[in-house]
Amino acid sequence: MRIGVVTFPGSLDDRDAQRAVRLAGGEPVPLWHGSHDLEGVDAIVLPGGFSYGDYLRCGAIAARSPIMSEVIDAANAGLPVLGICNGFQILVEAHLLPGGLIRNDHGSFVCRDQVLRVENASTAWTNGFAEGQEITIPLKNGEGGFIASAEDLKRLEGEGLVAFRYVGVNPNGSLDDIAGLTNPRGNVVGLMPHPEHASEPGFGPDTPAAMRSGVDGLTFFTSVLAHRMAAA
Amino acid sequence: MSTPVVDSVSNAAATPGKEQPYEALGLKPDEYARIRELLGRRPTSGELAMYSVMWSEHCSYKSSKVHLRQFGQKVSPEMTKNLMVGMGENAGVVDIGEGWAVTFKIESHNHPSYIEPFQGAATGVGGIVRDIISMGARPVAVMDALRFGALGDPDTARVVHGVVGGISFYGNCLGLPNIGGETRFDPVYQANPLVNALAVGVLRHEDLHLANARGVGNKVVLFGARTGGDGIGGASILASDTFSEGGPTKRPAVQVGDPFAEKVLIECCLELFAGGLVEGIQDLGAAGISCATSELASNGDGGMRISLDEVLLRDPTLTAEEILMSESQERMMAIVQPSKLEGFLAVTKKWDVETSVLGEVTDTGRLVIDWRGETIVDVDPRTVAVDGPVYERPVAYPAWLDQMQENSAATLPRPADGAGLRKDLLHLVNSANIADTSWVTSQYDKYVLGNTALSYPDDGGMVRVDERSGLGFALATDANGRYCYLDPYAGAQLALAEAYRNVAVTGATPVAVSDCLNFGSPENPEVMWQFSRAVEGLADGCLALGIPVTGGNVSFYNQTGDVPIHPTPVVAVLGTIDDVGRRVPSGWQDAGDNLYLLGATALELDGSAWAGVVHGHLGGRPPAVDLGREKALAGLLAAGAHEGLFNAAHDLSDGGLGVALVEGCLRFGVGARIFLDELLERDGIDLATALFSETGGRAIVAVPREEDVKFTRLCEGRGYPVLRIGVTDAGPASGAALDVQGAFSIPLDELGAAHRAPLREAFGA
Repeated sequence: MRIGVVTFPGSLDDRDAQRAVRLAGGEPVPLWHGSHDLEGVDAIVLPGGFSYGDYLRCGAIAARSPIMSEVIDAANAGLPVLGICNGFQILVEAHLLPGGLIRNDHGSFVCRDQVLRVENASTAWTNGFAEGQEITIPLKNGEGGFIASAEDLKRLEGEGLVAFRYVGVNPNGSLDDIAGLTNPRGNVVGLMPHPEHASEPGFGPDTPAAMRSGVDGLTFFTSVLAHRMAAA
Repeated sequence: MSTPVVDSVSNAAATPGKEQPYEALGLKPDEYARIRELLGRRPTSGELAMYSVMWSEHCSYKSSKVHLRQFGQKVSPEMTKNLMVGMGENAGVVDIGEGWAVTFKIESHNHPSYIEPFQGAATGVGGIVRDIISMGARPVAVMDALRFGALGDPDTARVVHGVVGGISFYGNCLGLPNIGGETRFDPVYQANPLVNALAVGVLRHEDLHLANARGVGNKVVLFGARTGGDGIGGASILASDTFSEGGPTKRPAVQVGDPFAEKVLIECCLELFAGGLVEGIQDLGAAGISCATSELASNGDGGMRISLDEVLLRDPTLTAEEILMSESQERMMAIVQPSKLEGFLAVTKKWDVETSVLGEVTDTGRLVIDWRGETIVDVDPRTVAVDGPVYERPVAYPAWLDQMQENSAATLPRPADGAGLRKDLLHLVNSANIADTSWVTSQYDKYVLGNTALSYPDDGGMVRVDERSGLGFALATDANGRYCYLDPYAGAQLALAEAYRNVAVTGATPVAVSDCLNFGSPENPEVMWQFSRAVEGLADGCLALGIPVTGGNVSFYNQTGDVPIHPTPVVAVLGTIDDVGRRVPSGWQDAGDNLYLLGATALELDGSAWAGVVHGHLGGRPPAVDLGREKALAGLLAAGAHEGLFNAAHDLSDGGLGVALVEGCLRFGVGARIFLDELLERDGIDLATALFSETGGRAIVAVPREEDVKFTRLCEGRGYPVLRIGVTDAGPASGAALDVQGAFSIPLDELGAAHRAPLREAFGA
């Protein structure tokens, strides 16, 4: 299975996402923002970072870059797309997911090991989790506060489109503790925390078992591989 | 607006009597006379701009050079065997094996960070990262050593919020993990914070690049951000000299950073290196184009001719002098073969990095710069970049020092009962310099790049270099200004010893040093004495430990009013480890491990955290230095880590054993039961001394029971003092505590709250 990872100018966690794909058993395919070619990949990751310096609004310029027109079409046709952090912001700016992401309520960038609850375990990227499962994924952002209109929020909650919720601490003032969303079809998922940083033993978050041993994030990538295998 | 007069070389020759504002540019009358002598005429205003900034203390090291030479002289074969590039280049390069090399350097950005904390600190990170790229390396991590005024002072919060915000903004946006550093508070830094930024990069041996302009006819290429009016400083004086009313207004003397531009520049440079498209490269930092051209030319074939008209400008009204001196960030200068220019431009275009060819390398021995059809600079580049003035500043033994050293902390009342000891320990844990600094570090990305094996709050940061073999490096920075104030020679060695020990406890083997020497005014003979003693101590110390200084930086004129800061030589030690999977954290992870204290403890409370925090005392002589002992301890720790004997290892320094035990417990929330009777008897000390003395050469290790025999044998074999002082006890769920038997018990919840409070209360949750 070939999973594309898009590099925009200012992408930072693109190589980490590629590594996570590899660790999950997939083949990472680097994709370039200025190209219109998705190279026939089976799924796409929009990685974290500060694409285009996050000028204007986080993700706003990247959402209008050449490759995104292909990504949007492919997503609408059902191709699995995962947006991580800046990637989530890009998905929102591209209207593939609703709402917006604003400056953290406390005003500072925050890097922490964050507990999440998986609220929807039936998407392309979460089918390896159990619904209600609590997982620990590193979070690192300055603009991760999720907002949405009351109407959108009601729809998201009502239709089960909240994919992840912050547990214990709401690290950025997100409404309803929302950490991540899915589209109704379940192929497009976006979240602020970074699953690729909880994918390799020794380099993930601390767990009660051992330091830096957390690999809950790997399940995102094994989930999409399983999803595509099932479809194939 | 009148037309600017171009002060060309011929104009300078024709107008020898023209008055020039050399003093306003920081040049002394004899320095100006020397420039006239070198040129055989008065300098043009462009030449004056170049000389003034390149002969400044910051660029020329004119006061420190005679002392820094020791780092090159006190060298053993052991120190040079893995050194690929030593002092004098943008950053030192160390061979770490398997075809890999590491380059690292620490540099100050103190004064800009007081004036404009956010941009000052941000561009400090940007500048040091470009030094690393210049060596041909991919930057892989940053650290920072920070010193601020008193925690409670309102201005401290302004500076802290700005500096931490700036480092967070720039470093996070570059995608470099911040793996550690220091945050200290002391009134001596009130109007003069220290912001020392460290960057580290990795490269394959064959990718090494140097800053030299070789090959006559090769192109001189400027790329990156456009040149603007920021960071000009003194050049505005020249501007006002050549412009009348309506000319450019005064521009900020502090540069403004754009980390996005730098991130793109990093990737662009790495692609240029990979394509073999660059002969020589230099970043543009202090003194901008003046520095880059004169250094590249000096280090190469000796000549260069460029046209300033080709420089892409952000502001077309800039004068030639301003263009020469501009410190606009995110710019690089490369030397490129004509046949490779097309390939070079294709890469910079791919990354949308603006590029212009300024001129070419010559063999004339002259650096010639043209502007608007006139030659405005014609100098021997070595006189600008290499052969600047050198001063033997007077030194004087400080008049106050003897009295200070007689005032020992040994006479302060020490608590003898459990309640008093408990109170003092909590007081320490709740003090500014021992408190938890996660308020700072949680604003930094430690995960990006996916290779961080250790980071704050462990004693050193550690990064994996090779994903297959696990090869990696560790880094720690340390300095104790209080020790250096009492004895700069010993203080510098203690900083070295602590950084060395902090690397050793992670399981890595120390191999190299970079230093950032922060002092008061070199024109104050007592400060110059402190500086000379600290450099001597550091050079002697490195020789004794067998690890070379590979580069660094000197920052003078750090003072609040007329009062110089404590001498603060920040020492960064780099270590290597053949597999980061064997790394050792600084706190215990499991209940039931034996805790051993390595090293002996003496009554050494002078300059200690206990004396400062509990008694407001600073006097006496710092702990004795024994570098042979440090080397033996590091050898033991490396051997133990290699055999997997440790679940934790933690260095003893500020606050002594007491604070080390607290930190060991809080790291993972696992308690400890400690019994010190045997230690008191063996070392002939009281309980307060056992807990708070800062004797060097000590560490605590947590050894799983099944490794006990092996560990004991290891210590016996090496003849290092060792004593079992307790066991780890109970995890987070079961009301864990630090229990010093026969004295006191403190629940970890209480310790944690005291530890977390100071920074959060001062700067907000």
